[in-house]
This record gives sequence, structure tokens and C-alpha cells, in this order.
Amino acid sequence: MFIAKEIQTAAYLFASILFILSLGGLSSQESAKRGVLYGIVGMIVAIIATVLGEGVSGQVYIIVAIAIASAIGLMLARKVEMTAMPQLVAILHSFVGLAAVLVGFGSYLDPHTHTLTGAAHSIHLWEVFIGVFIGAITFTGSIIAWGKLEGKVRSKALMYPGRHAVNIVLMITCVVLGVLYAQQEGTGGMLHLGIMTAIACFIGIMLVMAIGGGDMPVVVSMLNSYSGWAASAAGFMLGNDLLIVTGALVGSSGAILSIHMCHAMNRSFFSVILGGFGNAPASKGEAKVIEGEVTALNHEEVAGLLKEAKSVVIVPGYGMAVAKAQYPIYDMVQYMRKAGKNVRFAIHPVAGRLPGHMNVLLAEANVPYDIVMEMDEINDDMPDTDVVMVIGANDVVNPSAKDDPASSIYGMPVIEAWKAEKVIIMKRSMSAGYSGEDNPLFYKSNSEMLYGDAKDSVEKILSFLKA
Amino acid sequence: MKVGIPSEISPNELRVAATPKTVKRLQKQGFEVYIQHNAGIKANFSDKDFEEAGAKIVQTPADIYGKSDIVLKVKEPSMEEVDLMREGLVMLSYLWPAQNQPLLQKLADKKVNAIAMDAIPRISRAQKMDVLSSMANIAGYRAVIEGSYHFGRFLNGQITAAGKVEPAKVLVIGAGVAGLAALGAANSLGAIVRAFDTRKEVAEQIQSMGGEFLTVEIEEDGATSSGYSKEMSKEFIEAEMKLFLEQAKEVDIVITTAQIPGRPAPKLWLDYHVAAMKPGSVIVDLAASTGGNCVDTKNGEVYTTPNGVTIVGKLNQLPSQASQLYGNNLCHLLDDMGKAEKWKIDMEDAVVSRAMVTHNGKINWPPAPLPVSPTAGGGAKKVAAPTAEEVKISDAEKSKKAATSMVIRLALVGALLLVVGKFAPAEFIQHFTVFILAVFVGWQLITNVAHSLHTPLMAVTNAISGIIVVGGLLQTTDDIMNPMTILAFIAILVASINIVGGFVVTHRMLKMFKK
Repeated sequence: MFIAKEIQTAAYLFASILFILSLGGLSSQESAKRGVLYGIVGMIVAIIATVLGEGVSGQVYIIVAIAIASAIGLMLARKVEMTAMPQLVAILHSFVGLAAVLVGFGSYLDPHTHTLTGAAHSIHLWEVFIGVFIGAITFTGSIIAWGKLEGKVRSKALMYPGRHAVNIVLMITCVVLGVLYAQQEGTGGMLHLGIMTAIACFIGIMLVMAIGGGDMPVVVSMLNSYSGWAASAAGFMLGNDLLIVTGALVGSSGAILSIHMCHAMNRSFFSVILGGFGNAPASKGEAKVIEGEVTALNHEEVAGLLKEAKSVVIVPGYGMAVAKAQYPIYDMVQYMRKAGKNVRFAIHPVAGRLPGHMNVLLAEANVPYDIVMEMDEINDDMPDTDVVMVIGANDVVNPSAKDDPASSIYGMPVIEAWKAEKVIIMKRSMSAGYSGEDNPLFYKSNSEMLYGDAKDSVEKILSFLKA
Repeated sequence: MKVGIPSEISPNELRVAATPKTVKRLQKQGFEVYIQHNAGIKANFSDKDFEEAGAKIVQTPADIYGKSDIVLKVKEPSMEEVDLMREGLVMLSYLWPAQNQPLLQKLADKKVNAIAMDAIPRISRAQKMDVLSSMANIAGYRAVIEGSYHFGRFLNGQITAAGKVEPAKVLVIGAGVAGLAALGAANSLGAIVRAFDTRKEVAEQIQSMGGEFLTVEIEEDGATSSGYSKEMSKEFIEAEMKLFLEQAKEVDIVITTAQIPGRPAPKLWLDYHVAAMKPGSVIVDLAASTGGNCVDTKNGEVYTTPNGVTIVGKLNQLPSQASQLYGNNLCHLLDDMGKAEKWKIDMEDAVVSRAMVTHNGKINWPPAPLPVSPTAGGGAKKVAAPTAEEVKISDAEKSKKAATSMVIRLALVGALLLVVGKFAPAEFIQHFTVFILAVFVGWQLITNVAHSLHTPLMAVTNAISGIIVVGGLLQTTDDIMNPMTILAFIAILVASINIVGGFVVTHRMLKMFKK
């Protein structure tokens, strides 16, 4: 029961439109849920149209594979904690990369490939080669990103001297391998393809290893883009327009998302893509000497400050995610708002480990999004704010970004917490943030530290507030 | 610079535009203050108080209007007063520009720069100058005090040895500043308080002041972008009238506060409402000066209807308190306009450009609309804009540069495409076309995505990139021992995990987003 080629093409076109609508729908809160639905329908249409298409066989295996995968996918997605969302997204990217590699090898083994001649043949071989290359980088890069987010791999950027030279040599090796491979008859280039894959895997690892944990949001978004390009390359090798279109959509949307985020951090997009800038090695001039003393408060004193305050701004960061403190925080916020205080959240565009990470967590705790402000909306209000509570955030409130050209984060827009009357910084210890920079905010005379687990601390403060 | 304060000539106007405290403030801002003899007498401020605060006393209004640079007044000036004004004088007072066209014309003819304090836009930044709010606050408080005076019972409920006293029930119509102030005052005196408003968004504010929010069963919201409420549909008004009739039988004191800027007050409390009320109950109509919300209100009078309902159409203004707040509002505005030192009439400024109803001989009314939403947290910000000239120049340079680089880029892309077209087979070109177009679509789609949606967006694009499953599907064969089938099988497996996982997780995330 095959369907005609024309019907299949029409179904592909329909699926492509649905994917476009899906991405478009995700650009606003109101239409987002519809967007997901479009995506799901598009995917189902695409799969059915392909399976029913001419020349597809082995349906039994296909059904088995999809059934197993659906079960695993459902389980993964249901089980995952919202705080572990970045890791999940990263590991899913690696699956796309792996699939691209496998499809590439499969296409090379396909006897049909080698019936082609002339330019068509060499173009096809190169399509396979590039597809596998991108797929392999995405695969290993995503795994490393997952490891860093999960804390299984050291988050600090891994630097070794001459690493750019090594990367260039590796790239050249790949190109040479590619040329040799394209000249082989039949499947004789298998070895070249295999070696290239190994090298690409290595490049993927080194690429992400060289990026500090603080830039992980950009990396995840960038890998998202890569996974799209990998799918697109697979489309070229199989002559399948649906794959090309969808891959390109994902690829370019991921790229622009990364660029947005780089802007938010005042980073150059290319230095992120090429990796290894997380800890900027070049420091312009002497680092500022931090003056002042770190003073700490206890929970009761913090509660006292909050009782006095009329206007409070909460700046959450990854520490909130780790401690799962969003629920008690919102309890505290509700309590203070009932008492007539103006309590709002200030979200830095790159707070957390994924773009929009904080928004997702706060939404999980039912925080209405009209009290969740973006950095630009709230910075002007800082001088009129009585208390700023920094909960598990560090680099996004670092004044060095404004006034210390020697700092690696100099020039990045930050939430100007230090302009408020009082700043309370809730932190587990005095250690540096993900960027590895010391934070002069802690030493300012109007800031006070509150050590301990964020969730625990907030609960204690709330009990003192109610007392 | 000289600031002058004349006596108010209207016998009903007890307030004065400055108090000894604000005189001190004005001097701090760098102004010299002149005040007319006995200007503050009705608000309990003597000439001596003003002199001690540093003001100079002058005898006639002509001295004030002829010699000052800025004149502060409460009530709109009479035509005779305008005659006394000199050209270029800046005058701050109530003006009610919508009702006083001839006065505006006369002010413009005299080239007086008049600021209507009642036309200050209701934006966050201008709250400190908003005289309508500060005066409404007083009126709301006073409405309860006077209502309670005319009402012959306690407001709070008591159980005493001499018997039980029921608490009074107070209904407030219109929960603006005055309404909310009335709610708070009545509540603190122990009454049971209810309030009605067409704007659903004020329900929370009413509850916060201890009142119960009354509403009708019709879905219609009276909120508008200007912060005032709009007129409602016929069905809504019918339902509203029915609700009021039920309330009329029950409540003891009704305080009405509904006003529409520049228009007569809406009639909300009709004769059958008055007739339904218990003898001894009281209606306090804060809209009396613009015609009254109650059909039986007589402006400036307090009287009792035949069925024993007292209708209050006049309120004591608390002149001393009101003068202080009004004077502070004026000081804030002068402060905002640069004080004496950097005094400037900045018609670019959102507040000044709207309140300055006559400027250099021209009438500047009605002003451009300025949408505000009372629920929005931030409020309007003043933007320090570069001058139009600067913007033009830099824009021109930018667009020139952009055009040049655009041409270079397009040329490069064109050349590249030519090369591809020359050597590649037709099928490839076709795929390539599709590819490039899709890249652009993706680029355009994402440009405007909301920041908070970045994570769900990424999860959904991730799910969609699982489309690579199609590659695996195409490569499967019936022979499971074929290496190609094994590779394809694994590819389908991992890509499908990605698809299902990605969509489910996105759905989970989006479910949590709510306003």
C-alpha cells in the first residue's frame, strides 16, 4: 500500500508548513501551546508519509524502533525535574547528532549511492562526508555539554597551549581525508570516513570542553543549531526536501537564538562558536583590587530588613534552581505582597544554564509573569529599591562588568543590584561564580551575605517574617 | 525668579496655593515668594505665618499678576483676573480646559502660559503632581466623616449593656482614589463596606481596603487605556441599576464618586433608588460640582428628602490640609521643570506638554492621548532623546554604511551562487534553493521570540530536528542482518526518543506558564 510520489510530496510540504507554524507559535505565550501541537502533527504527517512512500521496506523494524523510542522518550520527559531541563535538552541534541552520523554511514553503504556518476556522485559523497562531520561534532559536543551541566565534567574551561593550532591541523586532516575518500571506488572510502568521524568526535569534545560553564546557555543553543544543520545535510544526501527544509529551519533559528544570547552577554558570536573564550585569557590592565569587608547576617536580621522594606527585588540565579527554592520563594513573595510591599523578580537574560531557565522555574511555581521583569525593565528602578535579594546568582550582579576593564565579563550588561539601599546575597559559600570572577558586590558596604542553602534560608526567613 | 500667590476670589474656595511649609520649599528651589495680603486666612494661615516662612506680603492682586514670573492659584482665574496678567506669565491652577474654552482663548490672547493642574497626565512619574488624586483622597475621607455626621447612628457594631447596635452599611460607587479613600475611612470606623466599579481590575484594590467588591453578572470591563473608565452597554447599565436598587434597600450611607473628565457626571443613583432607601440614610455625592451622580443632588447644599434621606451636595474641603497637599503638588511640578536655576518650559516633556494648555499664544488642548495602564508595574519613563538633528545625521550615516556592506555581501552571495549553478547538477540546485529559503524563514521566525520562551522554543526545535528520523526510515530494509538496516534501526530509535522527549517536555513546560 504505497502512496504516490506526488501525495508524499504534498504531505511533506504540509509538514514543512506545520513546522514553520510551530516555530512561529513559540514566539508568544498565547500561541505557544498551539505551536507544540502543530509540531506534533507535522511530525506524525512526515513519518507516515515517509513510511508509506515508495521503496520503503522493513516496516516491522521501524515500528519496533519507534515503539521502544516512544516509551523511553516519554519516560525521560515525564521524569525529568524542571531544574534538570538544560541537561535533558543537551542530551537530546546528542541523539540527533548520533542519528545524523548513522544515516550518513547508511547512505554511504547504500548500493544505490554508487550507481551515480560524475558530479552527482562526488557531490553526494561530499554530502555524506559533511553530514557525518556535523553530526559527529553535535553528538560528542552535546554529551560534553550534558556532562558539564550535570556536573559530571568540570565546568571550568579547559585550555591548553596551541589548542587553536591543533584544531586547525585536525580540520585540515579532515579535508585531506575527504579528498582521498571521494576518490575511492565503491565503499572503499569507509576507513577514511571512519577516521574522519573519530576526529570530528574529538573536535566536538574539545570545542565544548574549552567553553566555560557560564556560557553553557549559548552552547546548548548553538548545538541546537548544529543538530539542525546535521539534519539538513542528511536531507541533501538523501535528496529529501523535507529534511532539508526542517533542518535549515532549526539550524537558522538556533543560530539566531545564540546570537541573541551573545548580545545579552556582550560576547562575539564567532568566539563562542569557535569555542574557548569562557575564561578570557587576555586581561586588559591590572585587575582592580577589591576593597571592603564581607559582612554576614542571620535569617532573623534579613527578615527584619524585609519587614521594613517597601520595595523588594529578587534576583534569582542558578543557585535557586539547584536548591529548588522557587516554591518557598514564591510563598515569601506572596506573603510580602499581601503586606503591601512591592516585590518583583529581576531576570537577567543569561541567568541559569539555559536561556529563559529562570522563567521556566518561576512559572513552575506559579509566579504570575507580570511581576517577573527583565533586566532592562528594572535597572532604572534599582536606586528606589529598598532591598535586593540575590538568590544564588553571582555573575549577573557583578559590578566588575561595569567598572573593571580587566574583568573577563567587562562590558556584559548586568543587574545593578548595588544601587539599591541594601543588597542581601544568599549563597552557599564565598566561591566565585561560573565565570570564575570574584565579585566586588559582596564587599560593598550596603551588601550583606546570608550563607546556606537557598531553599532552607528562604523558609527560615519566611517563618521569621510571619513571627 | 518671582513666584506670586494671589488670594482666591471665589467665596467658596477656602484653599490657597501655598502654605508656610511650601513657601519654604519654594525658596529652597531658588524662587522669591510674594503672597497677597490675607491669601491664606480661610485656610488658617495668617500673613504672619507666611512672613515668618520668608514670603513677602503684597497688597493687591495687580502686584501679584503684574510682577511675578510664575503665579500659583487654586481655582481657575476669572476673566478680570486674566486682564491683570502680564505677557509671558506662567500660571498654575485648576483650569478644566474641556469646559472653559473662552477662558483658554483669553489666556492664549494674553500670551499667558497656563498649566492646568487638572490636566496632569496620570502616569507614574507624574503621580507626585497629580492634584486630582491628592484632592480626591481628601474628599473620600471627608465624605465618610460628613456622611457619618448626618447619619444618626454608630458606624461600628457594638454589643453593650444597653443593647446591641448593628454596624452601618456603606456603599461606595466608583473605586478611584476618592472611592478607595472613602472605603478605607469607613472601614476603619467599623462600618461594613461595599464598593461598585465597572473596572474589574480594581476588585483587588477594593478588597485590599477592606471592602467587598460588588459586580454584575455581565462580562464587560470598563477599563480603558487612559486609566478612567468608559461608558458601558445598555444591558450592563440595566443590570447595574438593578443591583443598586437591591443595595438601596439595605445600605445606610451611599458615597458616589463617579466622574468623567470634561463631561457631566453620570447619573447612577436615580429617584427610585432614593425612594427605596430607609429614612435616616445618607447620600454623599462627591460629583455634585459636575452635576451629581444622584439625580436629587443639589450642588452646594445639604437637604433631606420627604422620605427622610439626607443628600449631601457640599463638602468641607479641609482647606488647611488640602492647601498643603495642593501646594506640595505644585512644588513637585516646579521641581520637575528645573526649579529657578534651570527653569525651562520643555514641550517635549510628557507631563508639561499635556498640562500646558496655552503656550506662546496658542491653545494646546486637547493634548495627544497618552495611554497608561494602572496595572503595569514600571510606568512611563522619560527618555533622554538626542535632538532630531543628531538622530538624522547618525541615521543617514548608518544607512549609508549598511547599504554599502549590503551591496558587497549581495555581490559575494551572487558570485557564489553562480559558481554553484555552473558546476552542480540541476537536482542539487533545486535542493539548494529550498535550503536557502528555509534558512531565511527560520531566521525571520525567531527574531521576535519572547525571552521567557527561549527554553520551550529550544526544546521544540530540538524535537523538530528529530525529523532526521526520516533518513533512517528511508534506509531500512527487510533484511535485519544488513548493516545498513542496523544503522537505520539505531538512527530511528535515537531520533524518535528525541522527538517524543522533546515534544512532551515542551508541553510540560508550557503548561506551567500562566498569567
